[in-house]
Amino acid sequence: MGEVIVVTSGKGGVGKTTTTANLGMGLASHGKKVCLVDADIGLRNLDVVLGLENRIVFDIVDVTSGVCRIRQALIKDKRCEGLHLLPAAQTKDKTAVNPDQMKELCEELRKEFDYVIIDCPAGIEQGFKNAIAGADKAIVVTTPEVSAVRDADRIIGLLEAAELREPKLIINRYRPKMVNRGDMMSIDDMNEILAIDLLGVVPEDEQVVVTTNKGETVVRDEKSQSGQAYRNITRRILGENVPLMNLEEQSGLFSALRKMIGLK
Amino acid sequence: MLEFLSRVFGRESTGSKNVAKERLRLVLVHDRANVSPDLLSSLKNDLIKVISNYMEIDEQALEVSLDSNDQQVALVANIPVKRMKRAKSLA
Repeated sequence: MGEVIVVTSGKGGVGKTTTTANLGMGLASHGKKVCLVDADIGLRNLDVVLGLENRIVFDIVDVTSGVCRIRQALIKDKRCEGLHLLPAAQTKDKTAVNPDQMKELCEELRKEFDYVIIDCPAGIEQGFKNAIAGADKAIVVTTPEVSAVRDADRIIGLLEAAELREPKLIINRYRPKMVNRGDMMSIDDMNEILAIDLLGVVPEDEQVVVTTNKGETVVRDEKSQSGQAYRNITRRILGENVPLMNLEEQSGLFSALRKMIGLK
Repeated sequence: MLEFLSRVFGRESTGSKNVAKERLRLVLVHDRANVSPDLLSSLKNDLIKVISNYMEIDEQALEVSLDSNDQQVALVANIPVKRMKRAKSLA
């Protein structure tokens, strides 16, 4: 029986969909059978992020309303054996699916897959309730900004109220330079405020935009820092104990000089 | 001198993260208390129960809320007293 994990955040635009895509690709690269479910009905995006937008025939609402069978709606990723996508519907709204249907869907999917990862819509309304209904675990994505952290805190409260205990945190778009000069909350600051287990930290990286532009995932980009961060997170989900990567990236003249005069 | 060098090498600190942390700390106290509107109402009922042992209060006019200013968050209760009970009538 597979595990059902929901990726959520409260606030929009912090990187839920990118995270879902990369974790899915990462887990599938380890030989796992993975199904990604886009629960953002009406605003589907996981398909374009994965570069699978041209292959959609049926969607999640077709499945829950009995128009087609699950198997017919699943899109197989040709680049990576084991990765599948169940796309969201684009023309319906979030009430087209209810929590009971989601539970049933997740139960069906977990029979087939090692990991079912649900991309949750922003907000705390019906779409959120649907997305978490069938999940056993939750990952909360946030960025080091007051609005995102506040929303993450709210989401953590709601997850716990819904009996989804011990959600794990991913800090996205982390900028070590800003943290060093005291202009961005650090990993420790975020841990102190949100007080949940940290699953990983993904640094801000232009390569995320570049790969997403092409419908690819940065986790497969061996050279990028964010790709490394996602590969580490993937291994942690698989149960490995992987230390946080060193995010200090500058090695230029100025940082060498800085070190010399003791300014770190 | 060190300060000057710091500035030259881009290490001047505006420390805006401390402002962010402090603002978040306050807003979260409020948010967390607000997650369940039931919490305040059950607190209110408990307060009525205890205070009624000592005095007669106007239950309809009773107000309980969380109040925050720049420094802290406080529980504010406004409880109109109708009548004090006599000492001997205390159970």
